[in-house]
Amino acid sequence: MLSYIKGHMTSIEGIEIFPLISFSIFFAFFIGLIWYVIRVDKDKINEIKNIPLENENTDI
Amino acid sequence: MQLEKFNYDNKIVKLFLIATIGWGVIGMIVGLFAACELIWPGLNLTSWLSFGRIRPLHTNAVIFAFVGNAIFAGVYYSLQRLLKTRMFSDKLSKINFWGWQLIIVSAVLTLPFGYTTGKEYAELEWPIDIAITLMWVVFGWNMMATIVKRRVKHIYVAIWFYIATFVTVAVLHIVNSFEFPVDFLKSYSWYAGVQDALVQWWYGHNAVAFFLTTPFLGLMYYFVPKAANRPVYSYRLSIIHFWSLIFIYIWAGPHHLLYSSLPDWAQTLGIVFSIMLIFPSWGGMLNGLLTLRGVWDKVRDDAVLKFMVVAITCYGMATFEGPILSLKSINAISHFTDWTVAHVHVGGLGWNGMMVFGMAYYLVPKMWRTKLYSKTLANAHFWIATLGIVLWVIPMYWAGFMQGQMWKQVAADGTLVNGAFVETVTYMKPYFMVRALGGFLFIVGSLVMVYNLIKTAKQGNFLANEAAEAPALVNPKQGHKGEHWHSWIERRPIKFMVFALVAILIGGAIEIVPTMMVGSNVEKIASVEPYTPLELEGRDIYIREGCYNCHSQWVRPFRDEVIRYGEYSKGGEFVYDHPFQWGSKRTGPDLHRSGKGNKEMNKSESWHYKHMLDPSLTSPGSIMPAYPWLKDELDVSKTADKISVMRSLGVPYPDGYEDRAVEDLRAQAHEVYLKVIEDQDIQTAEENMEMIALIAYLERLGSDIHKGKVETEEVETDSTEVITEEIPEVIDSLNIQD
Repeated sequence: MLSYIKGHMTSIEGIEIFPLISFSIFFAFFIGLIWYVIRVDKDKINEIKNIPLENENTDI
Repeated sequence: MQLEKFNYDNKIVKLFLIATIGWGVIGMIVGLFAACELIWPGLNLTSWLSFGRIRPLHTNAVIFAFVGNAIFAGVYYSLQRLLKTRMFSDKLSKINFWGWQLIIVSAVLTLPFGYTTGKEYAELEWPIDIAITLMWVVFGWNMMATIVKRRVKHIYVAIWFYIATFVTVAVLHIVNSFEFPVDFLKSYSWYAGVQDALVQWWYGHNAVAFFLTTPFLGLMYYFVPKAANRPVYSYRLSIIHFWSLIFIYIWAGPHHLLYSSLPDWAQTLGIVFSIMLIFPSWGGMLNGLLTLRGVWDKVRDDAVLKFMVVAITCYGMATFEGPILSLKSINAISHFTDWTVAHVHVGGLGWNGMMVFGMAYYLVPKMWRTKLYSKTLANAHFWIATLGIVLWVIPMYWAGFMQGQMWKQVAADGTLVNGAFVETVTYMKPYFMVRALGGFLFIVGSLVMVYNLIKTAKQGNFLANEAAEAPALVNPKQGHKGEHWHSWIERRPIKFMVFALVAILIGGAIEIVPTMMVGSNVEKIASVEPYTPLELEGRDIYIREGCYNCHSQWVRPFRDEVIRYGEYSKGGEFVYDHPFQWGSKRTGPDLHRSGKGNKEMNKSESWHYKHMLDPSLTSPGSIMPAYPWLKDELDVSKTADKISVMRSLGVPYPDGYEDRAVEDLRAQAHEVYLKVIEDQDIQTAEENMEMIALIAYLERLGSDIHKGKVETEEVETDSTEVITEEIPEVIDSLNIQD
């Protein structure tokens, strides 16, 4: 099975570029993520972060 | 908007919580017993109580039974409330519970009896591996389906951690468990040597990451805000925390294999990502601790918060120490010593243990609708457990550091200061005793908790179905104009799962795939040949007895190790090792160069015979168990099958060799037997004993590189040259020993 994968991998032209592409994707992902958390609406964040504290029906 | 009425299922949480605490106490007692065996080797009373078999039982019990059940208890409780819905299926919940307990019972029934794959933290044999896969799918299915039928638009960050746990543990478990069965309870790893080591530590490291860490971070993000009655400090930070943690964690595995035969690029990759890991880990820790800002006074009164604060602090310490230990210069001293064991227990006792206790003190009064029976007892538990952790880890840090240094001391004349390994073991004994006391206190604390929680439950009234109401969610996927893509994905659990899967697969694939495929990563050594049938049987006994728990098979390229053990290990020497047996801890000396031709470590056949029956006879002060049961007759009924399975895995035994295997085995056993009885004192040996096979294996280990070489002066000079070339470089990079 390994030689099967290996044969196919080495037959891909320009496979060297793949790691660079994946790095770029991930770099962009984290930049986008930071952009999102800076820009995100404060009220919405407050709403989400309070989800665990909402209605508890059991009174002690 | 119309409110829908429904019930939360507390019964499943109760079952998992009872299992958590029950198995937890058992797992800890097994650990204490193993710790005592290192002080009083006489406690190795029978085969199934011997250290090599009991230690895997301890690790499997605390990881999969204690922490595993705690994950399920915490997830089943918090998931329902965070999504305002009952679990998708009560039936699946029940299958998950009973199936998991069955897996634990089968671990108890196999590991002490020597049924093991010989891979750390993945010792369970193949039928149990399949059962684990099935139960994990049941859990994941139940969880994902619950998320889909939720009544809350957004998926809270705790659940992201649960999703990442589910997908990653599935991938890790399946990839690491590829094995080829010989029979119902015996299999060989599909991978060999260096590749097996890489896959195993990719698994081992990420089992820590995704079984002991991410689910508990999810629990932290739910239970800490609940107990403090305040929202998490920064939800923004939690988003960054999540993605960076899961992305970076998966790359760090090779830091368990520094100075091994693993390719250098993979070792460096592991170190770089380990250092980077400090940032997300501490981001998470600070987020947890800062949630308590303004309510620190509550920590004084509230037992739940006390336990959680210590848990998060221990998490911070362990995740700072981990990257430090992955630095090559530190790792050179710490690796193989009890330093690593101390590090693990800061995480295990501190982070996991204290978090579970905090959660239990929170859940029992809630679900039994009462107050905690005794705050005083909970506080007593807190202090006993904290003191237990301190007494456990500090002596082990000290002892580990000292042991690492003692191994390395080289005198001016080029000899080792502590030439006999056993000298460093004797030094450890007082520290082992304090460690056992620490472990004992931790268990006493847990028993105080058991009493307190039983009393609490008795005074309360268990609510199996907790009524709740919430408006139905009309269109959970509906967003608003101009929203960011992350908001979009937060509402789509399945796509979220795929994203998390991609994040973890990239790191794993970049490490594992090239090592598998690029031939130059593992150098070929022409003289390395497959094991003979007798040696293979001996190797299986080595695996069965769990020798790898105390003996490594991996001589690092350091001056002291080369003096003590002989030539350092080469990747090409392990190509037929299914599974690899490099080990991770040296309670005893390394054995890779115990074979013939290695003048530093090789011992005679008769020495081994006497040593196995009474280790203190040949090495006074040794804490190794005696192995009288190795005088039993060797079972050769599976030898032929083993050969043919090995051939299927790529070991080049000639076609039809299985038919001659037993014959060859007998012939070699006879030769080994004759060597054993050269010692006039040995009266009891017989050639069909298991012992003979084990001795044959030990006499073969690491000897292939000497084939055809030792006789000629010229070649010997060659091999010395290799050593002198390599060693100064290594020592330079360390700046420690000299």
